[in-house]
Amino acid sequence: MSTGAGAITTGRLVFPRARRRMAANQIVYGICWLIVAIAVFFAIFGPLVRPHNPNYSLLQFQYVGPFQAKGYLLGFDSQGRDLLSRLMVGARTSMLGPLLVALMAMGAGTLISVVAAWWGGWVDSILGTVMDILFAFPGILLAVLTAAVFGAGLIAPTIALAIAYTPYIARVLRSAAIRERARDYIASAEVQGVSTWSICVRHLIPNLGQLVVAQATLVFAWAMVDLAAISFLGLGVQPPTADWGVMVSTGEAGVLQGYPLESLSAGLCIVLVVVAVNLLGERMAERGERKLS
Amino acid sequence: MLSSPLTKFILRRVGLLILALIVSSFVIFISLNLAPGDPLSALSGGRSLSKATIAALNREYHLNDPVLVRYWDYVKGVVLHFNLGTSIQFREPVSTLISQRIGSTAELVAYAAVLIIVFGVGAGIVGGLRRGVLDNSIIAVSTILAAVPSFVAAIVLIAIFAVDLHWLPALGNGSGFGGTIQHLTLPAIALAASAFAVVTRVTRVTVRSELSLEHVQTAVSRGIPWPLVVRRHVLRNASIPITTVVGITVTSLFALCAVVEQAFNLNGIGAALIQAALEKDFGVVQGISLVLVGAFVIANAVVDLLYAFLDPRVAIGARAS
Repeated sequence: MSTGAGAITTGRLVFPRARRRMAANQIVYGICWLIVAIAVFFAIFGPLVRPHNPNYSLLQFQYVGPFQAKGYLLGFDSQGRDLLSRLMVGARTSMLGPLLVALMAMGAGTLISVVAAWWGGWVDSILGTVMDILFAFPGILLAVLTAAVFGAGLIAPTIALAIAYTPYIARVLRSAAIRERARDYIASAEVQGVSTWSICVRHLIPNLGQLVVAQATLVFAWAMVDLAAISFLGLGVQPPTADWGVMVSTGEAGVLQGYPLESLSAGLCIVLVVVAVNLLGERMAERGERKLS
Repeated sequence: MLSSPLTKFILRRVGLLILALIVSSFVIFISLNLAPGDPLSALSGGRSLSKATIAALNREYHLNDPVLVRYWDYVKGVVLHFNLGTSIQFREPVSTLISQRIGSTAELVAYAAVLIIVFGVGAGIVGGLRRGVLDNSIIAVSTILAAVPSFVAAIVLIAIFAVDLHWLPALGNGSGFGGTIQHLTLPAIALAASAFAVVTRVTRVTVRSELSLEHVQTAVSRGIPWPLVVRRHVLRNASIPITTVVGITVTSLFALCAVVEQAFNLNGIGAALIQAALEKDFGVVQGISLVLVGAFVIANAVVDLLYAFLDPRVAIGARAS
C-alpha cells in the first residue's frame, strides 16, 4: 500500500515531498499504536476502571442519550445500562479471543512451515495438501460448525478460527523458511554438528521472528472481525456479557427504533481496532519481507 | 472429443467436487454425531418422553445405529433419493427447506457480485488510470470499507437508509422483482462492502502497473488512440489478476451471507444455518454446509475456466500466476 514511503526508510531523505509523506505516515502509525494501547488497556483493566456496573440496569433511563445524565458520558442502552462501561468491559472478550486465535495459529503455522521447509520432499507436499484443503474452507463456516457441535461460546469458535487461519501463516512462512534454510549459516551449523532442533529454535525461527509476528498481527485483525460476527450471530459470547460483537447485535432493536448508539459505538470500536492492527501488521510484514530478502 | 482439454478439465473438476463433498460430508457428519448433547432433547423441546416414544424416535431417526452405518445410510439417501434427512426443528425434509430458501441466498450473492464487479472493478480502473483527487478518495474509501465487517456495515446502512432517510426497507425479503430488488439492496451493499474494497485496491494497482509497462508506452507513442490502448493493452492484460481477486472475493460471499441474512432478517440458507446451529438441528446444518462447500468448489472451477478464455497462453485448468 504505502510502498512509496516505505521503500526509503533507510538512507538520507532529501526529497521534501517524501519527507512530508513519511512524517504523515508516522502520525498515522502513532495513532494506530495509540488505539491499540487504549484497547489493550481496557482489555486488561476495563473491569477495574469502568465508571458503573456494566450489567446494572436503570430501566427508567432506557435509551437516554449521551451527556444527558451526569456521570453517564455516552448514555444508556436498550436496558438502561451504562454504555461507556459496557464498551470498556467489552474490550476484554473482544480482544482475548482474537489474541488466542493469533497465538495458536502462530504456533501451529511456525511449526508446520519450519517442518515443511526443513525436510522438504514428501513431508512438504503432504503438509501443503492439507493446508490447501483447509484453505478451501471459509473460517467463519468452520466456526459456525464447531459452535453447532460444542454449543455457543467463545472457546470452540476460537479454536476453529485458529485452525482456519493456520494455513495463512504457514504459507507465508514456508517460502521464507525455505529461503532461509538455503543460507550458509545453516549449512555451517549443520557441518559443525549442531542439532536440527537447536538450529531451528536458536537460529531459524528467531530470524523469521518479525515475519511471524507480522502474520500473527494480521490474523488478529481478521479473527477479531470473525469472532465479533460469531458473537453477533449469537453463537459466541452470550448476552448479557458485555462484548462488542454482542452489543452490535443487541443494539439492532434500538437501531430500528432510531437509537443506534449502542450498535454504532460497539461497531466503531471493532472497526478502529481492526484498522489500526491491520495497518501495523501490514507495515511489519513489509519490513519483515524486506529484511529477509 | 473425450480428450479435448475442456472435457478433461470438466471431468477433473467434477472429480474434485465429488471428493470435496465426500471428505467434508464425512468430517461434518462424524463431528456432528459425536457432539455432546442429545438430539432427542431438541426433538422433545424439554418435555420428558416416555420410553416408547424415545424408542420410536430413535428408530425413526436411526439414532441407535453406529456412526459409520448412519453415515453410509446418509450417503445412500443423498445419492439415491436426494434425501438429505429431516429437519428436527422445522419437521420437514432438509432438501425441501434448502430448495425453498436457496433462491433468496442466490439472489443476494448474485446482486452483491454484480455490485462488486461493476463498482469495485470500475472504481479500480478509474483510480488506476488517472492520478488525482478522485484516485485519492477512492483509496481512502476503500481502505476504510475494507475494515468494516459486514454486520457493522449492515447496522450502519439500516440506521441511515432505512430508519433515518426511509429510502429502503430495513428487514425482510419482499415480493416480486421490484420488491426483491428494494429489499435486497441494503443487504447486498453490506455483503459487498469489504469485498468491493479489496477488488478496488487490486484492480487499481494492476492497472497502474500495466500502464507503466513498455508496450503501453510504445502504443501511446505510436499514436494509437487512448481508449484503444486502455482496452487492448491495459485492461486485457490486467484482466487475469482482476478475475482472480473477483473470484476469491465472490466465493467468500457464500460464507458471509449467513451474517448478512441474519442482520436483515432474510430467510435464506445462511440464516437457516445459524438457526439450525443454535437449535442443534444437525440435519439442516449438514445439508446447508454441503451446499455451501459445493458452491465454493464450483465457483473456483468457473474462475479457473475463465482464465483460459481471457488469456490464450494459459492452458485450460492451469493456475494463472
